[in-house]
Amino acid sequence: MSDKHSIPGPLANEGLPLAERGLFCDAPPRQYQRANKITEAFWNWARAQSLWILGFGTGCGAIELRPLMTSRFDMYRYGIQPRPTPRQSSVFVIGGYASVKTLKRIVRSYEQMMGPKFVVALGSCTINGGMYWDSYNTIKRIDQYIPVDVYIAGCMPRPEALLAGFQELKRIIRAGRGEGQNEYARKFEWYKANQKQVIKDWNMPDYNW
Amino acid sequence: MITAILTRVGYALVSLFVITNYGLLLIGSMARISAKVQGRVGQPVWQPYLDIIKSTAKRNSISHGVMFYLGPVFRLAGGVGTYLFIPAVFGSALFRNFSDSGDLLLVMYFIFFGQLGMALGASEGGHPYSAIGVSRGLAQMTAFEVPFALSVIAVAIQYKTLDITAIVAAQQGGFLHWTVATNPVAVVAALIAFLGMSMHNPFSVVIAPQEIPIGPPTEYQSNLLGMLQTNRAIFNGAKLVLYMNLFFGGATSLPVMVIKTFLIYFINVFVGQAFPRLRVDQSIRFFLGAPTVIGVAGVIIALL
Ligand code: SF4
Repeated sequence: MSDKHSIPGPLANEGLPLAERGLFCDAPPRQYQRANKITEAFWNWARAQSLWILGFGTGCGAIELRPLMTSRFDMYRYGIQPRPTPRQSSVFVIGGYASVKTLKRIVRSYEQMMGPKFVVALGSCTINGGMYWDSYNTIKRIDQYIPVDVYIAGCMPRPEALLAGFQELKRIIRAGRGEGQNEYARKFEWYKANQKQVIKDWNMPDYNW
Repeated sequence: MITAILTRVGYALVSLFVITNYGLLLIGSMARISAKVQGRVGQPVWQPYLDIIKSTAKRNSISHGVMFYLGPVFRLAGGVGTYLFIPAVFGSALFRNFSDSGDLLLVMYFIFFGQLGMALGASEGGHPYSAIGVSRGLAQMTAFEVPFALSVIAVAIQYKTLDITAIVAAQQGGFLHWTVATNPVAVVAALIAFLGMSMHNPFSVVIAPQEIPIGPPTEYQSNLLGMLQTNRAIFNGAKLVLYMNLFFGGATSLPVMVIKTFLIYFINVFVGQAFPRLRVDQSIRFFLGAPTVIGVAGVIIALL
């Protein structure tokens, strides 16, 4: 997929029936200023210690997310907790291959999360399509549709690999490089064009926040 | 006069600060103890602080209208109000709060008030899971309120007053003067109601902290969520102090208060780790069954 695709007309929730358009926001996302250096460093430290994940089981790799809750791997000791609602979670875990249908839900959930938000994509399928690389209905690279902070390779990655990935994410956040939300706002048109290119039946709002 | 009032307010703020931190540490340590029971390492004791800082540090937040904002405010007012009208430490100027101005009925009203305010705010969020959480929460609350109210009535009859300070004063002078020794039946009913009130395991389906319908706070995020988390600590502390005052002889110093409330809270962990979760209809039937009968028995004993 290339950068060339332009956006098909202005975004005005066109996919929705007229009666529903007013129910959704019509303001594009904006970039947020960072606080001053010391405050931001302190906040980033807290953000890194309190990762609430939205475990969205998109593919088979999501099965490796569950053992993290058990006594054997115990992700709670790293400050990682599952949260059921995108509104409260700060880390979105893409659990493997994403079909086009699932991508719609991924985009909606991602946009509903409050920033700063981070994305961890696990499994080869999210990196290059993995064993679904020539499938007719899965996407190949998830970072063309939403910004990704950490990829965890493997088919499927072990829970230990996931924990290592979360440690890497913590390093990224503490270093102040977890700016996926601003990245998404900055390249919004490019992301939307990519999304609309694969999602043919776009019957959802353009902005979900 | 003015200085006296200002001193009281200053003391109350200090006391509020202490109970907030105590409540947060209590939540953190209980989570850690539960983890040990399950053979895990568990989250750090200070995790609740980190979560609140994280929630407050979020860059954006969404709103669903005025009532949506007022929900957590009412909830916080309920928590703070409950605490401020209970003497945390009997006979201490610093921790007596405003206990001479309100009585038991006011405190019980505040316990309800926060829940109702939250219900209004959460329904405003428009999320179906919030509505489910609210209806579950209110139904369960109405159920456990019955044994709780009965045990409070028993206490009021026994000491012939609704003034919490007077109730604590009547229990001074050793273990045998505590309500738990003079009317153990009422205390049993109250403690069962307490399990429902703290929404720990057998009765935790209202909050369902990590499953899909998370309950009333589904739509709350960022600093509003931070507020709810802070309130949880204050409210926990307030309930524990209330129970200590009504049934376990109050406390004459801060360490005694900490030990007693910790042990009362520990009942939750004992029961929570041993029993699986009940559905809401089951828990309502449960509260209106044996605990209510025990509560009635407690009232009768107090009348004799
Ligand atoms: S990488 Fe392997 S385990 Fe993961 S989603 Fe793809 S096929 Fe499944």
